[in-house]
Amino acid sequence: MNDMKPVSAKAIAPDLPSLAISVRGLTKRYGSVPALDGIDLDVPRGMIFGILGPNGAGKTTLIRLLATLARPDGGSASVMGHDVVSNPQAVRGTIALTGQFASLDEDLTGRENLVMLARLWGFSVSAAKARADELLAAFELSDASRKQVKSYSGGMRRRLDIAASLIVTPGVLFLDEPTTGLDPKARQGVWKMIRSLAQSGVTILLTTQYLEEADQLAARIAVIDRGRKIAEGTSRELKSAIGSGFLHVALGDHERLDEAEAILEKVLGAPVQRSAEGAQLSVVAGSTKAANEALGLLISAGIELSDFSMGSPSLDEVFFALTGQPVDGETAGEA
Amino acid sequence: MNSVETGPAMLSHAPRPPRPSAVANALTFGWRAVLKFKHVPEQLFDLIMTPLMFTLLFTFVFGGALAGSTSDYLQFFLPGILVQTVVFNSVYSGMGLSTDLSKGLFERFRSLPIWSLSPFAGLMAGDVLRHTIAGLIILSVGLVLGYRPEAGILGVLFSFMLLIAIGFGVGWIFIVLGLLIRTPMTVMTIGFTFIFPLVFASNIMVRPETMPGWLEAFVVRNPVTHMATALRGLMSGTATAGDVMLALTAPVLLTLVLSPLVLWLYRRN
Repeated sequence: MNDMKPVSAKAIAPDLPSLAISVRGLTKRYGSVPALDGIDLDVPRGMIFGILGPNGAGKTTLIRLLATLARPDGGSASVMGHDVVSNPQAVRGTIALTGQFASLDEDLTGRENLVMLARLWGFSVSAAKARADELLAAFELSDASRKQVKSYSGGMRRRLDIAASLIVTPGVLFLDEPTTGLDPKARQGVWKMIRSLAQSGVTILLTTQYLEEADQLAARIAVIDRGRKIAEGTSRELKSAIGSGFLHVALGDHERLDEAEAILEKVLGAPVQRSAEGAQLSVVAGSTKAANEALGLLISAGIELSDFSMGSPSLDEVFFALTGQPVDGETAGEA
Repeated sequence: MNSVETGPAMLSHAPRPPRPSAVANALTFGWRAVLKFKHVPEQLFDLIMTPLMFTLLFTFVFGGALAGSTSDYLQFFLPGILVQTVVFNSVYSGMGLSTDLSKGLFERFRSLPIWSLSPFAGLMAGDVLRHTIAGLIILSVGLVLGYRPEAGILGVLFSFMLLIAIGFGVGWIFIVLGLLIRTPMTVMTIGFTFIFPLVFASNIMVRPETMPGWLEAFVVRNPVTHMATALRGLMSGTATAGDVMLALTAPVLLTLVLSPLVLWLYRRN
């Protein structure tokens, strides 16, 4: 990264407005189910903007509408100043999309995939090959460049998929759950890549179900649930809105869960969430002092604790704090 | 930076090339079809195995009984088996489309500033390639076994043009199915449910005069029968313009009806 000069957003596209993405009251229904229910969003240029939400919250629908893959039912959206409905072809010229599943031709080699896309962008045969080789080297795929994509690992596929989005430098890069299904090492690699892209001035709209990922990468985060935006801010702002720390308490004696819940709620003044198995209680604690006080009261009430800890909130807990309701579905709890 | 180097190569600040033409886009997708053929040579086996078995079985097992001698039967049967080959093999573009859709590849294509129909042009190019290669192999086997196209090279050339037109027309059925169904195997099963009766209840294998009246009535109206008749005529130099027109009726109708449907299905999202 040392030899790279950061390029400002203005240098990539000097004549465009300061907002990369502007969304007003966007709605989309599938049948009678609202997938997006009136979303507003402003993404400044050159920023990594995170969309955080559980499965089915509408993250992918939002990306599909912005990438002109689907038409909105209501509201408006523009990308780099181009309206997604009235001028989709101009939008397509300025965006790149890396979807949830690697959108590559498995039968072709990595190099052929990139050459094909470069040809579609209008490169000559020799320029397309040169660009493909550059990208393969930059993404450490040179050794596998002449192997069929079906033999690639998950991490390699994702790298090739992102490389395929960078044939020409996009104004906005959409990354739909870029690390879902990757092992921790591959995830770190993708994170590094995303950071260095943002340093080069590319606006990135990233969806994720991992709070940690949004925290690590995004300068601003919008939390969406059931097609609505329920919170927006920097990671710090969101966390302070939710509470600085979470107290997790596991009881040795399950009989007294209700009693313990009542004590915690009274002392800390926040709703208490039970884990799915029912053995653990989680609650926002304003400070370690308050947490200590609560623990002291539990112990003096004679409730046996098998474990307790202070930690940052999980996505489940963020949702519980913001909506007062647990997340539906089973996949959102890994953050 | 240990796992991924960043540097000037990751992002290109060179000016973008000018937007390519629709034809250039279509040719790129055609190139993809050729590459697939190169990387998955096994598909050649799928393409010719069934027609090859049919040719050998029918010629040597039933040929004598059906036409008096194996050589007479081969002369009758080979043009028909070429039609069957092309009709059956038109399933592949629909299956390929279904695969691309289920893998999300079409999402990427649709997010690019390209002529929106060019991926379909690529499918068509793949079809032409498949039909030509499979047809040439079956014809070569026929020639080795003793088949003789009386109309010579020119007759063969016209026959292949007709075959490609047939494949083009029938291909639309599978492209529609490919757009509707996300499992490639189901595309094949449903497609064959329609195609099988049409191919077998035709004059490809047996002359309709030997069949019961109700079946004969169907067979002589079956579009596949018209295709086989026209191809026999072209190979032997006896085809009339009327024969060829009849053979082309179904492919033309399918194209006229199904191509707008394909467009609508593709854009409806």
